[in-house]
Parts: sequence; structure tokens; C-alpha cells
Amino acid sequence: MRPFAYDRPTTIADAVASGAQPETAFLGGGTNLLDLMKGNISRPARLVDVTRLPGLSTIEWLQDGGVRIGALVRNSDLAHDPRFANRFPSVAEALLSGASAQLRNAATAAGNVLQRTRCQYFYDAASVCNKRDPGTGCGAIGGLTRLHAVLGWSEHCIATHPSDFCVPLVALDAVVEIEGRAGRRDVPLEALHRLPGNTPERETVLEPGDVITAIRLPAEAAAYAGNARYLKVRERTSYAFAVVSAGAALRLDQGTIVSARLALGGVALKPWRARAAEDLLAGALPGATVFRDAAALALAEARPCGDNGFKIELARRIIVRALTLAAAGTPDRVPALPASPFALAPTQEVSAHV
Amino acid sequence: MSDITMPNVAAIERSRHGSSIGQPVTRREGHLKVTGQAGYAADYNPPGLLHAVMAVSGISRGRVTHLDVAAAEAHPGVVKVMTPANAPKLAKSPDDKDHGFMFRMNVLQNDSVRFANQPIAVVIAETLEAATEGVALLRPRYAEEPARIGLDGSAAFALQAVGAGAPAKGGIGDIEAGLAEAATRFEATYETPAQYHNPLEPHATVAEWDGDKLVLHTPSQGLTMAQGRIAGLFGIDPANILIKSPFLGGGFGAKGLFSGPQVLGIMAARFVGRPVKLVLRREQMFGPVGHRGETRQTLRLGADSTGGLTALEHNTLTTTSFYDDFFEPAGTTSRHLYASPAIATSHEGVRADIGTPIFMRAPGEAPGSAALECAIDELAVKAGMDPLDFRLRNYAEIEPITGKPFSSKALRQCYAQGAARFGWASRPRAPRQMRDDDGLLVGWGVGTATFPAMIFPSEARAVLRVDGSARVEIGAQDMGQGAWTSLAQIAADGLGVDYDKLDLEIGSSALPTGGIAGGSAGTATAGSAIHHAAADVIKKLAALATSDERSPLFGAGNSGVVPRDGRLVRQDDESRGESYASILARAGLAEIDGKGSAGPNPSMQESYAMHSHGAVFAEVKVDPDFGQIRVTRLVGAFAAGRIINPRMVRSQYYGGMIWGVGFALHEHAAADPRSGRLMNANLAEYHVPVNADVPLIEAILVEEHDPHVNVLGLKGVGEIGITGTVGAIANAVWHATGVRARAFPITLDTLLERPGDI
Ligand SMILES: Cc1cc2nc3c(=O)[nH]c(=O)nc-3n(C[C@H](O)[C@H](O)[C@H](O)COP(=O)(O)OP(=O)(O)OC[C@H]3O[C@@H](n4cnc5c(N)ncnc54)[C@H](O)[C@@H]3O)c2cc1C
Ligand code: SF4
Repeated sequence: MRPFAYDRPTTIADAVASGAQPETAFLGGGTNLLDLMKGNISRPARLVDVTRLPGLSTIEWLQDGGVRIGALVRNSDLAHDPRFANRFPSVAEALLSGASAQLRNAATAAGNVLQRTRCQYFYDAASVCNKRDPGTGCGAIGGLTRLHAVLGWSEHCIATHPSDFCVPLVALDAVVEIEGRAGRRDVPLEALHRLPGNTPERETVLEPGDVITAIRLPAEAAAYAGNARYLKVRERTSYAFAVVSAGAALRLDQGTIVSARLALGGVALKPWRARAAEDLLAGALPGATVFRDAAALALAEARPCGDNGFKIELARRIIVRALTLAAAGTPDRVPALPASPFALAPTQEVSAHV
Repeated sequence: MSDITMPNVAAIERSRHGSSIGQPVTRREGHLKVTGQAGYAADYNPPGLLHAVMAVSGISRGRVTHLDVAAAEAHPGVVKVMTPANAPKLAKSPDDKDHGFMFRMNVLQNDSVRFANQPIAVVIAETLEAATEGVALLRPRYAEEPARIGLDGSAAFALQAVGAGAPAKGGIGDIEAGLAEAATRFEATYETPAQYHNPLEPHATVAEWDGDKLVLHTPSQGLTMAQGRIAGLFGIDPANILIKSPFLGGGFGAKGLFSGPQVLGIMAARFVGRPVKLVLRREQMFGPVGHRGETRQTLRLGADSTGGLTALEHNTLTTTSFYDDFFEPAGTTSRHLYASPAIATSHEGVRADIGTPIFMRAPGEAPGSAALECAIDELAVKAGMDPLDFRLRNYAEIEPITGKPFSSKALRQCYAQGAARFGWASRPRAPRQMRDDDGLLVGWGVGTATFPAMIFPSEARAVLRVDGSARVEIGAQDMGQGAWTSLAQIAADGLGVDYDKLDLEIGSSALPTGGIAGGSAGTATAGSAIHHAAADVIKKLAALATSDERSPLFGAGNSGVVPRDGRLVRQDDESRGESYASILARAGLAEIDGKGSAGPNPSMQESYAMHSHGAVFAEVKVDPDFGQIRVTRLVGAFAAGRIINPRMVRSQYYGGMIWGVGFALHEHAAADPRSGRLMNANLAEYHVPVNADVPLIEAILVEEHDPHVNVLGLKGVGEIGITGTVGAIANAVWHATGVRARAFPITLDTLLERPGDI
């Protein structure tokens, strides 16, 4: 590893100042960053360890019914917080479907949101990569692209954002609280990650020194608690990133959808909010036809970037199933295999595509 | 307090059997392992130790034209950089092959690059971190040539031998005639990917030179072979090399033959004149230490109107490197398993810019039985028969090609017991008939398991002491399978002493040669030598007693006495005997020792075909919309002769079956089609099953008595669990979905591609 300086600030102001120096990275749980450093993919000259910053490790319930998740709250603590899991069950289910128990114990909320892509070419120092080394080309295009993006990609980068946590969060209008050199600001999670365009190396709207201090979910998000699911298709039963995932949440009134929230994971370089599909669902009666129409709309602009065309149809089916499960109601407790197709409550509408 | 004393059940069990063999004793070294006291090679830190890290090639083919050695050596802590320009020359070219079991290595003797991840330099530093950064600073430049990758990357060629030297072709009868007369014919091609062993413990060396003497801590599945290989390369006497390998964190064949990176660790220590530790990084396990080559297997089969096979043809195309020969012997399974008047098996090779493949757990049988068991299933369905009935219909009573009888074969019982336990009888014949409560598709499949029973040459020494304790020494290796325990059980019984009084020493090249812990033959190999060494001790002891008129055994004759619980007793009257202690004490001896050896028995091999067998039943569930597959139940019934320790054996079967799950659904090395680099060379992306992938697994130990296979009557259990399982799962996936996936691993997109589906 490249030798690096190590700062452990105890105030946010110091963290911002320290973090604004060149070639600097914030260190959360380190489960992503340290792997990248050991693989020589990230070579920071300075690590600013944020885990000792005061006041960022709590789940705070706001007056208006919303919640403020401190940036340092560990993934497992958040998922297992009974009140949180009760209000935001799809977020808890998404968290528990990610990584392994050990990793979730170490991973922080902010670190999860800011985890880097799992594009195999990004991780391979011997391959070119526009994100890692701007201007060198995209190693993935023309190579192994089975798991790459089908939405929002560019000819400069076809990677996906791998976080499960972000998918229901973005569906539920989460807001990211940031402290930076210019003070405090809020950024909707949907606007945090950038699509690659021709600057794939610029992954988020964060500026040097910007520390994520919290992630907020608004009170309205809790109104979906009774009908919210996360569903994740993967290549083994657990401990694998999503091939495609979906977070679906419905607000029902006397059997009619008042409003819907829908987002996809594993399809783009950001958690992908499907607003047009949400609009279509609002006011409809839940059912296979409208779910299929919503799925079609969500994927209307999708295109394969190589040998990953199957992900488009897969995403449609996952949307239909996630909406079906959400309509059936959130189970009392997170299933033993969270978000897995093998942990379904009995479903009515399992079709026969395979 | 109650005055009832509970009986010591374990002791009673043991005395009833009069034996340690057969007892499910727990691992002797278990406590050491769970408390972190079992020292693996990389745990050893002699004074003055330096750390070495390999730099590996980013290209698959070409030459290294530049390394920034100055930058690396300028980095604080870096001691030296070893490159082809300055690496110690070896006494023997690593490209020389004295025999087919010697494989070429890439150990910095020139600047050529023959595969991605090939070592191109070694940085030696005071710390691991400094060495790692030194490697990053080398920034290699290359003259790159286009990589030739995969089964279609270059021209196929004919082979003489495959695997460990089996003939590339083998068969009997006339295939075309068999096919012509068949009522049902079936042909299909199956593909299996490159797989990498990835034991949890990567290859590691801690090398210490003292003049031309070498002490080496490194994991090895074959200490004597390793010693010989090192001696040749460094031009020293094998007796000057001490290898310590008491614990291995898995081997699976990757640690069977001494590898290039291990040689580099020794070279590095010589290069800097200090002890050096070299541990492979996980991604470096993908290339220089072997793998299972890709295969493409085409099978043509015919069956008559009663379901009897009329022809079985199994042709394999498999990859090797451009610089050496190792060919996955996938077709050999078809030579032993089913009766057919016509059998033809053949292998062809293809060269690619990859590291040379090598033995990997169930080499040949794993991919070969995967294809064979799928093809048999497909033919059974086409012939309108239940797949299990079809297999029974084609049961081989004698080994089909050689005509030899089996030394033992309880496969029928395996089928019967496995099927009963699984509930096979209620299986609907047609696919897509079963759903669970959640609407998931359910399918059941079966596969036959088979693995040859082998044995390698080995020697052991046994000692009985006057205090009633005993000691057995053999340079055998415990890869984690439980050799520390099961070999002690064999030794205790052979010497007639209590298991707890038996002291076993294994895992060092200073001990008598323990042969190879490979080919599922480790227990047969080391166990047989131990058995003979113990018998030798008992014979000497008996001679002392029976010729001494002060002994109650006087005149009983050497063969008239047997060992029992620390005593020799008359065979015709077990109440008359004498303790070892008293025999030795009277003779004025503190201890008495004996030697034994074992190895293949040519006359038995001439007379009998020797294999373990089994039957594996799998249940899978498939999501009908997503194609995601989960194995929900596995039942394996195996017959492998005498069972030394049912606990260890069961865990070998579980491990094999779980490996089969990985083979069927997960494992594959994903090579970039342009560069040939493996893009998933880490354990986050190179998937093997996790707990949630194996919810319910059972292994049935089917009784089998084998008087011929070896002196202990035991066959191997380490690899057979993989065979049968892969086919059973693939067949279950078909039964669930109606889709025949013929490329492994079976991934969800294969099932999504059902015609007319989307
Ligand atoms: C084997 C494996 C499997 C995995 N599987 C999954 C999976 O299935 N699903 C899934 O969603 N994830 C998965 N993960 C990823 C895991 O969720 C992330 O590694 C983890 O959430 C990162 O959190 P961390 O606190 O360790 O972040 P770190 O590694 O510490 O940091 C990650 C990034 O965030 C930045 N950062 C951290 N905190 C802050 C802050 N407060 N302000 C500003 N920047 C900050 C860091 O500079 C760094 O760039 C897996 C990881 C591994 C290693
Ligand atoms: S897809 Fe993006 S991250 Fe992957 S190699 Fe291309 S530029 Fe790099």
C-alpha cells in the first residue's frame, strides 16, 4: 500500500478541513475503501477517519415523524432497530440482503451510500478504466458486460452502483445531509450520484471536504410501511450483489393505490427512481396488468450495453413481483432470507416465464 | 446426590467394538484450531524475517520490457527486487521434465509472459506493506501479443495421455453399430468452465537457508515429492531439506505438486540471505498454482427398447497451457460406470495462454460425471424411463471395458437407501409438475457418484513404550480432512492401545514418507503403512513373549497371539495374556519399534476394478419468473468400504456435495475474451456456495465390505461427493423447469432464455 497520513478528527469542522486536502479520502467502516487500497485501485495520501466524530452514530426521530440516520450508524444496527424496521421495512430488508453479517456490522450508513461500483474492470488495476484513470478508456465495453448497466450509461462508462440500501432510500425520497467548506446543505439522494456522461470519474456531487453527516427520511415515507418490499435477484442465495433489484412501496386506500414509490438497483450508475411508473400506478387498482405496464414504462429507455439484454426483461419481472408483494402487505418481520425470491410470503401471481 | 453413575458410553462403545476404528471421535487438533494455536505455514515468524510479494503479469502473452526497479528499491523498507535479470540461476531448468508428473514453472528465469498473473518479479522488504508498495512501484511495461483464449482460441490436437497418465482413448465394441441398432439415440454437448482451487489458506512459504540446508514451512499435499522437486531445482541433497507442513488450510490438488510461487519464496530467501516469507495474494491464486481446465464434452448414446445401453461415446476437448501438458481426464468416468457393449472415450487438447491446469478435486470425474449424468438422464427421459430405473437397468456388474469384477460395489444399496430417504418414488416423470406453496418450481434429480480407489507408496514407523504409550510417525499430511484423527485411530487399533495413549506425528519431511494426500487415497496410503508398522511391532513383541518361558504366552507361537488393550493375548483363549509393559520390562527394553510400508498391489489391480460409488438425489427450487435457482435438499448415499471415522467421512461427503453445488450453479473463472485476464479473481466475485445455498444436506454411509482393495478395506471419500451431485442438480433443474442447461455453471439467464418465453 502507498503510505498514507491518518487523521482522526473529533469535530466536523476539522474533518471538513482535513478532508479538503488533496488526495484525501474519508474512512468509514473501511469495508470498501480499504479493499480498494489493498488492490492499489485507490491510492489516497491521507485518510480522514470519521468514525470518532461525535453525534453521528444515532438514529434520531424527528418532530415531524421523519428520521435522521447518523452517517456512522452501522448497517446492522439500523436494520435491527425495531422502530426503524417497523417504519421503513423495505429499507431494513434491503440492508439485510446486502453483503454478510460481518460486513454489515462494520459498514456505515454513509459508507454504504458512497460505496464504489463493483465493475470488475474498475477493480482490475491491469485494465483500463475511465472512472479510475480518466481518459484511458472503458475496459468493460466489449468485454464481460453481463452485469453492467442497462439504463443511463454512456460510451465512457457502463458501470452500475451496487448499493441495496440506496434503492428503497431513493424511492422514499431520502435526503443526504452534508457538511462542507461552505457550510451545511441538503441534497436529495436522487441527486447525489451522477450518471457517467463523459466524466465517469465524477461519481457524486460532493466537493472536496464534504462530509456526509446524516441521511434523512421524511415523515411521508413512513406512510408506506404497510406495503413496502425490497426484492433482489442474485447469483447465489446470499452474500452476492444484485443482478437486478427493486424497491416498491404503495400507499393504498380502500384497495386503490394512492401513490407508489419504485426504484431499481443494479441497472445504472445510481439507484434508479422510476417516476413515470409511479405516476402510472397512482390512482390505479393493484393488479398484474397495471404492474406490467408500470414495469414496461420503467424500462422504456433501457438498452443493453453488451451481453446483458436479459437484465431488461428481468428488471420488468422483478418490478411486477415487487409491486405484487408490496400490494400483498409487508410481512410482520423481515424474512429469514431478506429480499430473496426464496423467502416469499405465498404469492398469488407467480407466473411461468421460466 | 443421586448414587446413580451414568455409564461412560464412549468407553463402552469402544470396548464393545474393541476398536478405535469406526468411532466418531472428534478432531484431535480441533482445540488447537479453534483457539488459533494450530500453526499454519504463514504463522511462522523466525527472527530476521523479511517479507516477499510477487509482482504478476497484467498481460497473458508477450514479454516484460521494463520494470521500474529503482523506484521500488527506493521505497523505504524495500530490501531488494528479484527479477529475471538478477534472480539466482537454478541447478535445473524449471522447464525440464524428467517425467510426466513434473510440471514446468515460471520462476523468473527469463522475461517471457505465458499467462496473466504469472510472476514477473518479487519484491522483498522489511514489512509486508513495503513489499506490497514496492510491487505497485514497478509499473511493468510489456511487449504484448494477442492472447489465445478458450476452447476455440487455437487448433485442437490429439493426445496420448490425460490426467495422471491415463490413456486418452479407451473403449470396447463398435459405437456406430451400437447406435445403429438403438431404439433411442441421444447426442449433446456439455461445457464446464475453468475453475480455481482457492483453498482458504493461500500458498505460503517461510524459507530459511543455512548454507545448502533449507528449512521450509509450506503447505504440501506431498512432502516427499516436494522435497525431491526442490532438491533438483536447487542442486542440493533432499536430505538437506526439511519441510514442515503440519496443517493445511485446504489443498484440493493445488498443493499436490510443488508450485512456482513456492520456489520463488525459496529463491528469495537465498537471494537476500535471510529468512523470507512469501504468501500469495488471493488474486494470485488465479494462475500460477493450477486450476481445472475448461472442457467441452460431446456424448452420443443409444439404448435398446428395454432401456439397455447399446452405445456410449464420450469425447472431450480440454484446455492446457502453451508451455506444458495437463489434460482434464473427463472421459474416464464413462469407462467404469455403466454397462454397454460399445464404449468409446477420447480426449483432445487445445492450448491457451493460461497457467497450466492441474489436478483439482475429482479431476476428470467432476466434469466428466457432470456431463455423463446429464446425458444418461436425457436419454432415460427420451426412452420414457424413470432416470433411476434407467441407471439400474444399466448397472455394471463387472467393469465394462476391462471385464474385471469389482473388489466390492454396493451401488445398488446406495440407490435404494438414497431413494428411500429422499422419497424418490413419488416423483412425477414429466418436468414442471411440482410447485411449492409459494409457487416456486420444484424439481428432483439423481446422479451416480463414482471415484477410483487408489493408494500410493508410503512408509511408517511405530513404537511401543514400556509405560503403555505408543507413537506412530509418518510424513502424511492433514489438509483439514481429519488425518490427525483417523490415522491415530488406525494406529491405536494396529498396536492394540487406547486411542488416548497414542501419539501421532505427521506433517514433516523428516518422518518416513507418507506418500500423497491426494486422489482420495490419503487414508488408504498412510493408514496401510501405519497398519503394517504396527503389525511389525506386535510381531516383534510376540516373538519376545512366546519364546520366553516366563511369559504366560510361552509356546503360543507368533501367530497365535493378538493385541488387545495394551496386552498380547492368546487367540484361542483371550483370558491368557501378558501386558506390553511386562513383556518389555522383562526383556529390559524401554520401547520396541517397527516399520511398515504400503503401496499399490499389482496383482489385486490386475484382478479387480476398485472404485467407491454413490447415489446423489437433489431437490431444487426455481423462481419461475427470475430463473434464480436454489438447491433445497441433497441426499447422498455412498459406499466406500470400511469407515474409519464416520464423523470425518460424513464431513468429507458434505464438503464434496457442497462443492458439487458450486460446480453446478456458481463456480467459474470469467476470462476477458480479449486480454484473457480473469475478471473475478477474488472471493467476492468468484462464487462458491454460502450457507444459504445448502439448507439441507444428508450423507448416508452405506455398508460395504471390501476384502481386496487394501489391508484396511477402505476406499477414498474425499472427492466422490462432487461426482453425481452436479448431474443430480442439473437434472433437477430440468425437472423443475423443462430446460436442459448444458453449460456449467447454470445461471439464471440460461433459464430466462427459454424460447417463446419473453
Ligand atoms: C464481499 C462484499 C460483499 C458485499 N455485498 C454487498 C451487497 O450485496 N450489497 C450492498 O449493498 N453492499 C455490499 N457490499 C458493500 C458494502 O455494503 C460496503 O462496503 C459498505 O456499505 C461500505 O461502508 P463502509 O462504512 O465500510 O465504507 P468505507 O469503505 O469506509 O467507505 C466507502 C466510501 O465512502 C466514503 N465515506 C465513508 N464515510 C463517509 C462520510 N461520512 N462522508 C463522506 N464520505 C464518506 C469513503 O471515503 C469511501 O469512498 C459488499 C462488500 C463486500 C466487501
Ligand atoms: S464501466 Fe466504468 S468503471 Fe467499468 S471499466 Fe468502464 S469506465 Fe471503468
